[in-house]
Amino acid sequence: MAPAVILLHGDDNVVVCCRTVEAGEHIRVEGADIVAAQRVALGHKLARRDLSTGDKVIKYGASIGSMTADIRAGGWVHMHNMKSDYIGAHLRDAVTG
Amino acid sequence: MNAQGYLRPDGRKGIRDALIVAYLVECAHHAARRIVDLADDPQVHLVGFPGCYPNDYARRMMKALVAHPNVGGVILVSLGCESFDREGVAAHAAAHGRPVETIVIQQVGGTRTAIEQGRAAVARVQAQMTASRVRVPLALSDLVVGTICGGSDGTSGITANPAVGRAFDRLVDAGATCIFEETGEMIGCEGPMAHRAASPSVADAIVASITKAETYYRTMGFGSFAPGNAEGGLSSQEEKSAGAYVKSGSRPIVGVIKPPERPTTPGLYLMDVVPDGEPRFGFPNISDNAEIVEMIASGAHLTLFTTGRGSVVGSAIAPVIKITGNPETWQRMGEDMDINAGAIFDGSATLHSVGAQIVDMIQAVAGGAETKSEAMGHREFILTYKAFEPSGPGCFPR
Repeated sequence: MAPAVILLHGDDNVVVCCRTVEAGEHIRVEGADIVAAQRVALGHKLARRDLSTGDKVIKYGASIGSMTADIRAGGWVHMHNMKSDYIGAHLRDAVTG
Repeated sequence: MNAQGYLRPDGRKGIRDALIVAYLVECAHHAARRIVDLADDPQVHLVGFPGCYPNDYARRMMKALVAHPNVGGVILVSLGCESFDREGVAAHAAAHGRPVETIVIQQVGGTRTAIEQGRAAVARVQAQMTASRVRVPLALSDLVVGTICGGSDGTSGITANPAVGRAFDRLVDAGATCIFEETGEMIGCEGPMAHRAASPSVADAIVASITKAETYYRTMGFGSFAPGNAEGGLSSQEEKSAGAYVKSGSRPIVGVIKPPERPTTPGLYLMDVVPDGEPRFGFPNISDNAEIVEMIASGAHLTLFTTGRGSVVGSAIAPVIKITGNPETWQRMGEDMDINAGAIFDGSATLHSVGAQIVDMIQAVAGGAETKSEAMGHREFILTYKAFEPSGPGCFPR
């Protein structure tokens, strides 16, 4: 049976979809159960646990940005609710596209 | 590991015994290519540099390549009036115990004569290579392994790249030397990378290399985060960069090297590929093979190449193992792919199992097994103009 998601690092608070995940789908991640809040495509991220505004989004065990909204476990994490923390050494625009 | 290598006078061990035919300016390319074609031997490889103007980087790269452990013999093909330091390169090869011959087209009388003399030179150099060949047992700790990604897609950072990271961890633990690069693709990862540095001076060198990359690419007018990245699920520059960075695995970064500098001890190295100083010669590396050649010049015996869309390239001098993270690419282009990390998606493989498969394949290829690109005759090579300042002592392990 194809796994719905992949956990890339034990510290991660998001998982990555290995296929399109349907709304309401129950997904087991390391013994925990999360429910997809909406349809999410391959390569996109689901929250592994509840996340609050300002929380770091952890993938590969490293921060990939910060939450800009509160979200429950199973929610879709993307540019509508997170942003890059990266501040370039030279220009500060065009990193969150 | 059950493999035999080729012992070189400097103590390094090769996994191939290639004879390289190097043109030293584009004007000598045709004669050199004909010499290689007529040799009709998969271990006779064509390399070269197209430019007529001198370039210290290209000279140092060529010197590193003629003394590469996978190279057993050398033929240089010169037009005659170009500025490339053919005597210096030939002397370097000879000083490293490689049989070397130089053919200067203007001196021998023209194209046909140069090709004829080149054919004879191939036979002589091959005979010397055979006579001086010393086979010795190989261990993983003898190997230098590079990694790059090309033709990436949404799967690369999820399957193929972290699987290579697992393989890198196993290689480093076994005493091997591993090189990752693409500093321009790792903008935003300098914090986590510096955290992995084995010393404060290496941490500084990591941050400096990424800052330089960002400046350089902005000058080139080239932004890295594209709309397609967001459609594929990437939400930030640092997330995209992390997908490339994860090829490096999790072991400490012991040094930062610039091509063709060689690692001084085993362990994991970052290669800083972005030229120093004002941007002068265009993009740092104009295609994937330019990066592969740099890792080879720095001593890589073979390269792990992760691809989503499906690259087909191999390389002169050192084999390329291609790992696709995309199961559809594996289905469509299986003849070019050595390993299917896309199997992670359907649950038939894990990051751990693909990492183990990569290490197994490295051992097989080191023992002489052909990669897909090698078997099909891929021997790509590209070397162009660049400029580097030497790395400071702080960039290397103490």
